[in-house]
Formats: sequence, structure tokens, C-alpha cells
Amino acid sequence: MSEHKEHNHPQEKVGVYVCHCGSNIAGTINCGEVSEWAKDNPHVEVSRDYEFMCASTGQELIEKDIQEKGLTRVVVASCSPHMHEKTFREATERGGLNPFLFEMANIREHGSWATNDKKAATQKAKALVNAAIDRVVHHQPLEKIPVEINPSTMVVGGGIAGITAALDLADAGHHVYLVEREGTIGGHMAQIDKTFPTLDCSACILTPKMVEAGQHDNITLLSYSEVEQVDGYIGNFQVKVRKKARCVVEEDCTSCGICEEKCPVQVIDEGYGAGLGHRKAIYRAFPQAVPGYPVLDKENCIYFQTGKCRACEKFCPTHAIDFDQEDEILNVDVGNIILATGYELFDARKIPQYGYGRLENVFSSLEFERMINASGPTGGHVVLRDGKTEPESVAIIHCVGSRDKNYNEYCSKVCCMYSLKFAHLVHEHIPGAEVYNYYIDMRTPGKGYEEFYNRLLKEGTHFVRGKVASISEADYLPGEEGKLIIQSENTLLGKQQRKPVDMVILSAGMDPQPDAEEIGQLFKAGCGNDGFFSERHPKLAPVATMTDGIFIAGACQGPKDIPESVAQGGAAASAVAKLIGQGTVMMEPIRASVREEECSGCRICNTMCPYNAIEFDEEKEVSRVITALCQGCGTCVAACPSGVIDGAHFTNTQVLSEINGILWDVQTEHEKATA
Amino acid sequence: MTENGKPKLAMYWASSCGGCEISVLNIHENILAVDEIFDLAFFPCIADFKVSDVEGYPDNYIDVCLFNGAIRNSENEHMAQLLRQKSKVMVAYGACSHVGSIPALSNLTSREATLKKVFLDNPSLDNPHEVLPQTSVHTPEGELTLPEFYHTVKKLDQVVDVDYYLPGCPPEPPQIWAVLQVVAGALTQGDPLPPAGSVVGAGNSAVCDECDRVKHEKAIDRFYRPYEIQPDPEQCLLEQGIMCMGLATRSGCGALCPTVGMGCRGCYGPPAGVEDQGAKMLSAVASVIAAGDETMEEDELETLIQEAVDTIADPSGTFYRFSMSHSILQRVKDANGKGAA
Amino acid sequence: MTEQFEPVIVGFLCNWCSYRAADLAGTSRIKYAPNMRPIRVMCSGRVDPQFVLSALRNGADGVLIAGCHPGECHYVNGNIKALRRFTLMKDTLEQWGIEDDRVQLLWASASEGAKLAEAVNRMTEEVRALGPLRWSEKVLTGNGAAQPAVKEA
Repeated sequence: MSEHKEHNHPQEKVGVYVCHCGSNIAGTINCGEVSEWAKDNPHVEVSRDYEFMCASTGQELIEKDIQEKGLTRVVVASCSPHMHEKTFREATERGGLNPFLFEMANIREHGSWATNDKKAATQKAKALVNAAIDRVVHHQPLEKIPVEINPSTMVVGGGIAGITAALDLADAGHHVYLVEREGTIGGHMAQIDKTFPTLDCSACILTPKMVEAGQHDNITLLSYSEVEQVDGYIGNFQVKVRKKARCVVEEDCTSCGICEEKCPVQVIDEGYGAGLGHRKAIYRAFPQAVPGYPVLDKENCIYFQTGKCRACEKFCPTHAIDFDQEDEILNVDVGNIILATGYELFDARKIPQYGYGRLENVFSSLEFERMINASGPTGGHVVLRDGKTEPESVAIIHCVGSRDKNYNEYCSKVCCMYSLKFAHLVHEHIPGAEVYNYYIDMRTPGKGYEEFYNRLLKEGTHFVRGKVASISEADYLPGEEGKLIIQSENTLLGKQQRKPVDMVILSAGMDPQPDAEEIGQLFKAGCGNDGFFSERHPKLAPVATMTDGIFIAGACQGPKDIPESVAQGGAAASAVAKLIGQGTVMMEPIRASVREEECSGCRICNTMCPYNAIEFDEEKEVSRVITALCQGCGTCVAACPSGVIDGAHFTNTQVLSEINGILWDVQTEHEKATA
Repeated sequence: MTENGKPKLAMYWASSCGGCEISVLNIHENILAVDEIFDLAFFPCIADFKVSDVEGYPDNYIDVCLFNGAIRNSENEHMAQLLRQKSKVMVAYGACSHVGSIPALSNLTSREATLKKVFLDNPSLDNPHEVLPQTSVHTPEGELTLPEFYHTVKKLDQVVDVDYYLPGCPPEPPQIWAVLQVVAGALTQGDPLPPAGSVVGAGNSAVCDECDRVKHEKAIDRFYRPYEIQPDPEQCLLEQGIMCMGLATRSGCGALCPTVGMGCRGCYGPPAGVEDQGAKMLSAVASVIAAGDETMEEDELETLIQEAVDTIADPSGTFYRFSMSHSILQRVKDANGKGAA
Repeated sequence: MTEQFEPVIVGFLCNWCSYRAADLAGTSRIKYAPNMRPIRVMCSGRVDPQFVLSALRNGADGVLIAGCHPGECHYVNGNIKALRRFTLMKDTLEQWGIEDDRVQLLWASASEGAKLAEAVNRMTEEVRALGPLRWSEKVLTGNGAAQPAVKEA
């Protein structure tokens, strides 16, 4: 007997449809029994069960009943609303009712698929159907809210996926902000020498795209920049970007390279060089860097550490060095964001028995890429760590860190292919070298990949099917002096095997970026169990995320090769272009609103909203929801102590009725009467 | 009984403190107007009436009955039913009959525990034979009866239909006088009455609406017992960590308590849009606890929040101080000693 | 032979994480206790304590609130507010004699279908061990019991 009720048992006519979904539901739940039972609910006007409600004939049932039986509400008991809520809302609308006068009962994913107990499943189905009926009678007609889409887009990450997405959108005539954290775009692809299976020179196919992106009228390249804050929602994001100080005045720099030449400091190139070779304290990552302006590494710069030197400033012909340059904060408004932040190579130091970082002549795959590159620190020669000795034998270890419960359970997709590529390149650079590939399976699924493998088989590489247990310097047998000893299994021979080699290359897998979780939180893109960004649907929406307006492309979504990264970059661009083409997007009308006449001005709700959608009117002393900013979470509705905030489509009355309905078989008669 | 045609007024006290009767007198000189308009049909507090008087009335003889006090025992219930039968309009007057109020705090314990504490387990008692009150005892002079002591304290509308609710512990004089005028107008001039089931003599917002303290966005680190700190006289009490039920309490009292530095205790019951006053208060208060944020590890987050929540000494006793009977669960399941303070 | 007591647990699952986790459990054909009856909310922050109390009052033996892991909430931090309310609500419910295991909070991301299923299984057994709550029948009825007897003077 409460004093305040929104509605008192409205007289609605509900149509109930229990779907068989073939045998997916009907195999476990007695659909006929459920639809027959539903007729006992006083709100129900018609109740049916049917084979496939989502088929056109099923939908027509709904439309027909609305028109012929004067239904005012519709309930479909079938799959998850994430599958077909849209379908049935549209059918409801075609029948002549507002699409929000519809509710679904999920008796498949939450019912028949989740239990073998037929009795319990049918009982649960009744509860869920009853809940939906009791809820739907309190639904109100609602209209979707149009939101304008800002045609500018931000692409975060300037690797091949990001560059592809940016160019596709720019060529379509839309403005793009391409944000890249390093001093140059290019990503990991710029580190690679040759690409499988065609053995194209990576830089040759990448650099033209980099240049195009750097020069395109529609692309604003924000290099050496990072995103710090993202506010807003689809169509209307406000992004804060920190343009870090290069200490180089871009307008004056001619990329002549004199500063780099004159800089006396040499540090190991951990970034582009993957730890092989050196760079200066003021440097461009590689000669074809876009943009060509160098970056000053303050941590290793003599001036910033001791106040001396300043050689670069002295020798710069255009006086473009500015030690006092500060970071700049830019506020950028965009309509959509594409995350193409890439991957990090698995750190083989995590596997101490492989000796990476301890044993000189154990190299990571990216180090080896830099080595065989003609413009790399060894001039393209395959040599040991001493910089001059050519190895006579090279071992290439597949699956380092991948397919391994101790590290990453997943397969990193590209390592078999690049391991084969390395085998080929070693043979090419050192004819007569003994090359050993240690593998578990040979994964060569792409176009031309199997053919590449077959070609390799004829080049004399020794393939050993077996995991490597250790790589060590235990060179105690004669002839092994100074060599690395590989202890492995050979499953095809059924034996353990010991092999001395001069050099080892570890084909490490792809890890998500170390800060993927934080970046994800910044953009409200979740990460899956393996740490890569989660796509909205694994099959049908691989580049969308759960957050409207935020897309993902490339290796940040999961390990993949270059063609797939390019494809995803294009797919994300296409998804964004679709929204820009639409101009406005219709948002779900699930919003909060304050009943201002009753608001006491307590201000509890003011800190509830992460979208700053609640403002306080100082004059009237009431709080108010800005509808355009509200995303419909309902947190403020639950927080309001006087119950004056209404959450459309998730009102207290609706949810409390749903709770009542779901407890049909355990409620007492007294409760049913007074509900 | 009078036959002069004046509207008949009754006022009865069930399980109450008597404050509601005094509040009627608190309307000062207006009491004379009340005396002019109404005839008293039953008002045991101030005049000599007997239950048999009421039993003798025809049904609906009494025009307005102001029933205060909660339903603690069978006599309270019997009188509620009797007066309902004999009255046209039944008003749940004051917090006890409206939402349960202080007597309903007994729902934090049990009948057994209460009787034990009062009659058996008490240092100042001398009851060697462990005598407990009985509903019926035969003596040579005849049978003596006592009402049955209920396990659960109820509010008035849980035993009879109620026409209007007049909140407050006690209701405020201006509100009482306003309601009496409306009723008098209806009875003597045929003026319309508010819809049955309405809350009258109160506002349609929460106490914060009437409170002059300055309110900011809320982020509370911890709570204090009222004796622990000296609150700033201008700022919202809740923001300073003093529990104040005002945000989850119906307006109408003029925010008397917060004005003098005492946190509202919630005696006007829940605001119009709320079913369970305690639940809403707990939701609001917890929502603005400043402990933890989404960047923390789960364990750290839980610890910080628990520490802040632990500064609230007695959540049920505080949030449900007045509204136990009106709440969704109404009483505790086990008297586990954690309910009763 | 008496039938085993089957607890009825009302679950409030958030649209973006835990509801999808339950969907995933079903899609993966993971079989788990059918005792949890899901109610969808957009965010665990929408869960009003009145919902929990209403479920307990109307016959539920237990209530599960499931949301996204802290840091992963689709609406940034709705789940943090849910956690704060849950913490205070648990302290309150303890005073009402409602056993700890009956009202639980779970974080489950959309990819954690197996975890959700396992949690439902575990909670079902925990509530089963506590027995039916059936608030109206067991707690609210039986007001005027017979008076305790007096010892002879």
C-alpha cells in the first residue's frame, strides 16, 4: 500500500510469442506449455508458440495480431535481445505500435542452451516470460534521439592499419587527425626488411603511403603526440592530445640531418632498432621518417643532463633547435575514433632458459629484421653480436611465448611465416649455412603462404618438429667450442636432440601493447582475456567496439599479418564513413530526466555522471539532466534519495514489476494481490 | 454523544508517546476554533471517554478520526478496527501510524527477546519465578486480560484502510491546523477533499528543499557521530560527515532539525517517489562516498570502501529509524543482536 | 522422498558485460544451474537497493548483482557506485539477519561466460545450504504467537 505509484495495473493487451528456434529452444523447453500457461496472466490477450519468430512469417504473426487483435504490447520469448531485439522492435513498429512497447524474454542463451534439465528450463522460461509481460505493460512509447556526427575522425596509431584507415577516410573527403606516439609514423612495418610471402621490401611499399599520409590535405598528422583524455560520445568526442616537445621548431627544420650527425651521444636504439645498433640523442628513427623532424631525447641529451654541449643548436643552419620548447595541449573535436595502436613483440627475456639478453648470439626476430636490412646497423650482413663474424649455423625457434600456457595461450599467426622468411634470407645471405627451424606446427594459411613454404622445403633448411627446452653455452662436446647448444625434442624421431649452432633467432609472438588496458579505459574500449581490444562481435563486427563511435583496427585487435591489418584499417574507415554519410545517428532513448518540481536540490546526483550530463541550476536550486549527454546508465536514478529521477525504459516501476513477475512461483498470494 | 449536528472528531493513541495529542494542543489559540467546529466523540487523552462509548456509536458516526501510534498489540489493532468501522475518515496521524516510527524499531529484535529483556533478564528485576505477562489470568475476582504482544510492530494501514496520512513526529502545528481547516471546510461547506490515500500536511519534495544550508557536490570521506565534531553552521551536514536523513525524507517540517545543527532523522517518512526510505538513503549515501575509483585494483578498492562504510555506526537503526514498518522487509529475520543497538 | 530444495536467485546483469557473459555461456553450451533468473539493467550502477529488497521480499532466496570489472565499465564507473552501495547494503542486511551468501556481487566481463556459469553454480549451492528464505511466509507471518507459559508461583 505505498503512497506513490506510477501506474495502477494498466489495462493492456499483450501478445506473447514463444519461439521454438527449431530445436534450439524446443529441444529443452516445452514451448507449447509455456505459451499456453502465459494465457493465465490477466494482461495477455493472445499467446502463441512458433518455429522461428525471427523469420518473416514469425514477424508477420506479430504485425497481424497487433492489427487484428488490437494488441498494445508485445513479448517475444526467444534468443538474446543482443540478437533480435532490433528485429522484433521493427516488427512491432510495422504492426503499428511504438517499437519500445516490446520486451524480450531470453529463454535460449539463458535457458535452453544453459541446461539439460527440461523441467527446470521450462519453469525458468515461464518465469522469464511472466517477468517480460509484467514489465511490458508499464512500457511507455519512446522516440529515438538524433545525434549529429562530426565528420572529422581521429586515428590513434600510425602503423600500417592506422595509415590505411586515415588515407581511406581522407581520400573520401573527410578530415582525419592521425595521432602517433613516436616521432614518426610507420610502426613495426617500418622495422621489417622483407615481407612474406612475396619478399617485397617493406620500406618500399610502406614509405609511399607514409609520405601520402604526411602530405594529404585532409590529414592533420600529430606525431610525437599522445591522447590524454576523451570526453563525449559518438559523433561528438572531445579529445585532449598532448603534443610532446621535440625541441625542434617544425616550421624551420629542413630535415637536413646535421644535428644528428654532430650529436656526440650514442645510445642503444631500443625503439626502431629493437636493441640492435645505436642512435643519437637527437635523432630520426630512420631516414624516411614522416615527418622528417628529429626528436630530442632529453634523458640522454648532455644539455638536459648537465647543461653543456648544445652542438645541435650550434650547427643547425636554420636555428630550428629550441631547448625551451614545451609540450602543447590540443583540444580536438571529432565524431569517431579508430584505435590502431598495434602490438609489442613478446619479450623473450621472460623465458630465461632461452638466454635472450644473457647469451650474446641469441637474437629476437625484430633484431634480426634490423640486421638483414641493408640500411641497418650491420649494413645488411648476417653477423654475430661481434659485428663481423658470419655464422655457419643458425637456429630459428618458432612459437616463442606463443601457444604456451606459461605465457600466451594463443597462436600469434605470423611467426611461422616470418620464420620461414628468415630461413630463406639466411640461405640467401650466407649460402651454405646450416639453418634449423624448430617448430610445433607449420601455420601457413594465407594467399601464397603454403606455396612459400613448399619453396622453402627445397632450400635445404632442416625442420625439427619439437619444442626447444633450452639454449645454453654448455659446449662440452668436441667441436662445440663457443657455440650455442640447443636442447630440444624431435617428435618425429621420438627422441631428444642436441644441436650446436652459432646463432639463434627467437620468433617471438605478438603481445598487446603494455598499456593497452589503460588506453582501452581512456577510450572505453574493453580488453579481452588475452589483453587485445575486444571487438563488438567476433564474427560479424571485428572492427567495432561496444562503445559507439570507437573502432579498432590491426594488431591491437589481435595478432595478424600486414594484409589483414590493411583490411581492418579499411573496414574501420568504411564503418566511420558510413556514419559520416548518414550525418546523424539515432541514439537509444534510454535517458534519465529529473522531475524538477519535486527535486529538493540535495545534489547527490551531481557527481554520479561520468558524462557530466547533470547540471545544477543555482537559481532554481534543482538538478537537471542534459539529455544530449546522457548515455542512459541509470546510476543517477538509483542514487536519487527522493526518487525524482526517471530512467526511461528502465523505470523503477518497470524493473520492480519485472522482479515480481520473475518470482511467480515463489510469491505468496498476498504478495501477488498487493504487487 | 451529542446530537447537535456538529462534525464529530476522535483522536486515539495506540502505541505512542502521547506527543501527537500534545501537538494538537500546540496549535495554540486555534484549538478554540477546533472546539467550535467539532464535537469530540472520543479523545481519551483529554476527556473521559470509554471504549463502550465507541462501541455504541452507529457506523460512520465519527466524521474524522485522528489515529496516532503504531500497532504493537492486539488492543491497538482492535481499536484501529473499531474506530475504522465507526469513522467516515481515518487519518493516520503522526509518524507511528504513518510509517511505524520509534515503536517499530522493535522490529529489529523479536517478541521473545523483548519480553525476556523486560521481565526476565534485567539487573533491576526481582522475578524469581520468571513470571511473564499472560493474555488471560483467572483470579478469584474474575478473569483479567491483557492484550497480546505482537512480534512485529505494524503501521496503521497494515491493519485497516487509511484515508489520509499526516506525517511527522509529531506533525508540525501549521500543518495540523491547515489539515483541520481543509477537513472542516469539507464537512461544513462541502469543499473537495484530496484523493483518498494522500499524504496531507506535508510537502512534495524532500527536506533539503526547505533547508537553508549551502549544498555542494558531494564527496564524503567518512562519517562522524554527532558528538564527534562541531559542524559548520552554514554547510550541508551530510557533506561534513554528519548523517542527515533530510535528502530521503518528505518535506513539510521546515527543516527544523538541520537548522539547529542536528541531522534530520527522517520522521516525515519517505518522499513521494520512494517506497523504502532506508534503502534510498543507503543508496544515496553510499553513492557519494569518496573512497576508491576505477583505476584501482579490486582488492584495494574493496578495502577502501569498506573502511569508509565502517564509519557508519548503525545503518539499519539510522536509515530505518522511523520507517521500519513501512519498509520492504518490515522486520529482521533473526534477532542476532546486530539489529538492536 | 522429498525433492531437493531449489533456490530461486534473482540476478541483475548489466547489459554490456555480465549479461553478455551469460549469453556467451549459453552460446558455448556451458551447462550450469538454472536457478539464477536474469534481469537486464544497462549498468550495475542502475541497481537500486529497493530492487534487491523487493526480490528478497517477494520470495527470492538470493540475489546476484553482476557487473563489469572495475576499470571496464561501459559507463566508466557505474560499477564503482554499485560496489559502494553493495558494501553498505551488506552491512545493513547483516543486521536484518540475511546471511552473507544470499546477496552477492560478481564482476564478469563479456568474455567470461565460463566464470559466470561457475559463479552461478557456486552461489546456487551456497544458497541451497542456507535453505529457503521465503521472507513473507517465514518472517512476516505468525505475528501473534501463543504467549509463553508462566512458571507456577
